[in-house]
Amino acid sequence: MKNRWIALYVENQVGVLAKVSGLFSGKSYNLQSLTVGTTEDETVSRMTICVTSDDITFEQIKKQLNRMVEVIKVIDLTNVPIHMKEILFAKVLHCSTADKEEVFQIAQVFNVQVADIGKDSVLLECKLTERRNNELIALLKSKYKTIEVVRGGAVAIESISTSCR
Amino acid sequence: MDITGRKLVVKALQEEGVDTVFGYPGGMVTDLFDELYKQDDIRVILPRHEQGLIHEAEGYARSTGKVGVCIVTSGPGATNIITGLADAHYDNIPLVCITGQVPLNLIGNDAFQEVDIVGMTRSVTKYGVTVRDRNDLGKILKMAFHIATTGKPGPVLIDLPKDIQTTPGKAEYPDHVDIRGYKINEGVHVGQLKKAYKLLKSAKRPLILAGGGINIAKANDKLAAFAEKMQVPVVTTIMGKGALSAHHPLYVGNCGMHGRYAANMAVMECDVLFSIGTRFNDRITGDLNEFAPKAKIVHIDVDTASISRNVVVDVPIVADANAALEKLIEWAEEKKTASWRKQIAEWDKENPLEMRRDRGMTPQMIMEGINHSFAGEKAIYVTDVGQHQMWATQYIDLDEKKQLITSGGLGTMGFGFPAAVGAKIGNPDTPVVCITGDGGFQMNIQEMATAVVQGTPVIICLLNNYYLGMVRQMQQLFYGKRYEATCLRRRKNCPPMCKGPSDACPKYEPDFVKLAESYGAYGIRVEKEEEIEAAIAEARTHTDAPTIIEFMIATEEIVLPMVKSGTAMSQMILK
Repeated sequence: MKNRWIALYVENQVGVLAKVSGLFSGKSYNLQSLTVGTTEDETVSRMTICVTSDDITFEQIKKQLNRMVEVIKVIDLTNVPIHMKEILFAKVLHCSTADKEEVFQIAQVFNVQVADIGKDSVLLECKLTERRNNELIALLKSKYKTIEVVRGGAVAIESISTSCR
Repeated sequence: MDITGRKLVVKALQEEGVDTVFGYPGGMVTDLFDELYKQDDIRVILPRHEQGLIHEAEGYARSTGKVGVCIVTSGPGATNIITGLADAHYDNIPLVCITGQVPLNLIGNDAFQEVDIVGMTRSVTKYGVTVRDRNDLGKILKMAFHIATTGKPGPVLIDLPKDIQTTPGKAEYPDHVDIRGYKINEGVHVGQLKKAYKLLKSAKRPLILAGGGINIAKANDKLAAFAEKMQVPVVTTIMGKGALSAHHPLYVGNCGMHGRYAANMAVMECDVLFSIGTRFNDRITGDLNEFAPKAKIVHIDVDTASISRNVVVDVPIVADANAALEKLIEWAEEKKTASWRKQIAEWDKENPLEMRRDRGMTPQMIMEGINHSFAGEKAIYVTDVGQHQMWATQYIDLDEKKQLITSGGLGTMGFGFPAAVGAKIGNPDTPVVCITGDGGFQMNIQEMATAVVQGTPVIICLLNNYYLGMVRQMQQLFYGKRYEATCLRRRKNCPPMCKGPSDACPKYEPDFVKLAESYGAYGIRVEKEEEIEAAIAEARTHTDAPTIIEFMIATEEIVLPMVKSGTAMSQMILK
């Protein structure tokens, strides 16, 4: 069992997202995240899908997706050089002044922006890999009582030259 | 010149060569039906229930090779066809189903008879779409026929809002359509196929497993030619039955849960299993770890997703059965398989497929009576689901002139009789025999009226054992005869812990002979084996309406051999 990524080109039509997500629930595939948006061609949407599965199930997932009439192309991103980022907002609430200072330090180290600030709260805007975002959340959770998190799910695109994730 | 949507639908049906539609009217399709009234090319069959309707369309499609076209209204009309959509999806039957829908501006308002039918049926259709723009209608209709009939066939649903039917728009019905996400596998990877062929050639105990794909692709002759050239024995799945004639010397029989002993032993002992057009359903494989344990497996299927899903195979090949077999026949050379075939024959002698002959009429005798009655003739056999279906797949002989239509994947009780009516509508000159049980027949019994008014003299061979026999058989064998909810005679005042029939049991309802008569059909009750063929002969003289032949079989008869669900195919219960 490991995480794998798929880029999926689909028709930009009503019901396609439901059909794709329905496949995952109907066949008990383990969906980690799914993002979707239009591409340079407005009739086509591109999804970035992260699943946790074994090799055989993953092959089956790709085949099942390919079989859908609305699916134009399935690209397996698991073992190719890609750029991948996830947008994440994390609000740290009920901060003391010392807490706030520390949050600023964390932001600096993680290389994320402080997007907003209030009397006793700080808002971080992160554009990191999924894994790095996980680490940041874990750290914030361990240090502060009340945090509020919203994640966008990873989007990925094939690299041009370098191999980075 | 612009035409209304309803006119375009009828035009599309005509251009697709549709001569029969199965339709049940309702508020949201009345416009469309009004258009059908004004033309003569298309016959509209009115069933008595939408579930019956879609099974009729399935039987029609399976038996004619044409698309089954269904038109039903929104809401309950649409939800009533869902079982049939799932059935057709499983067994790859080409259907185009048009469901009425409330006008576009009411969608989402919980309007009267509004349901999200596309959403509900997403996982049981090959494709489904709501028409949201009148100018897309032509393209969508063309797509529907294209998708339903090509590749692995299946049902397509078009949800058609009422206002789209009445809005004028483009009159054109396109003659072809390009769908960028829909790819059909037409070719065959010669390198892989060669690998598969070499494997088969090197085998000592080769076996061909033929699935329903052979029948769908009509590759039966090619399969026979290939098997003969190489002298490789053939087993079939239930959907594959008929892939090779029952009388063919290389045909072993059905394998699987209620398969022939020799066929299952052959699968267990073969060293190369050459499978074509099967999904390796759990009813065929049993315990996956014990399936064909000594064999390298070749798998040819038109559907990529069917390959290496249930069984991990050694040589996967994505191809249409025809394309693959054509190549294979070119290469085929005779193999020496005499001793292997002798071994299979010995297994068959050890445990032949046979029911007792010493006390009274058995299902085997009924099937043999059917075989004998239609020997050498064309005939279409349609079964329902249950014990009778297994007996039919065990004992009915199929050859080039016969076709078997059965609900294999979904196992839909209530399928058989309407499907037989649909088959008869599509094949008025061919005898159609519906083999059914007393349980399943009652699930769509209302179609008796359809059969009578449409003048379809289906011969209904109803095996009555007073039980939902297949489940009762499981209770009998594995649940200490606790016949919960399987006895169809059971009444309120029966003993609570009943463990089987006795003389004190109440009367069975309904009386099928009287029921037939009340519909203006014919009824015959058969209690003795000597009466079987005479009853079928009498039924054949009725050319205006169906005949129910009610065969009174032993109440606790069971289907053997049987492999308990989830265990190895070698673990057959034989007695």
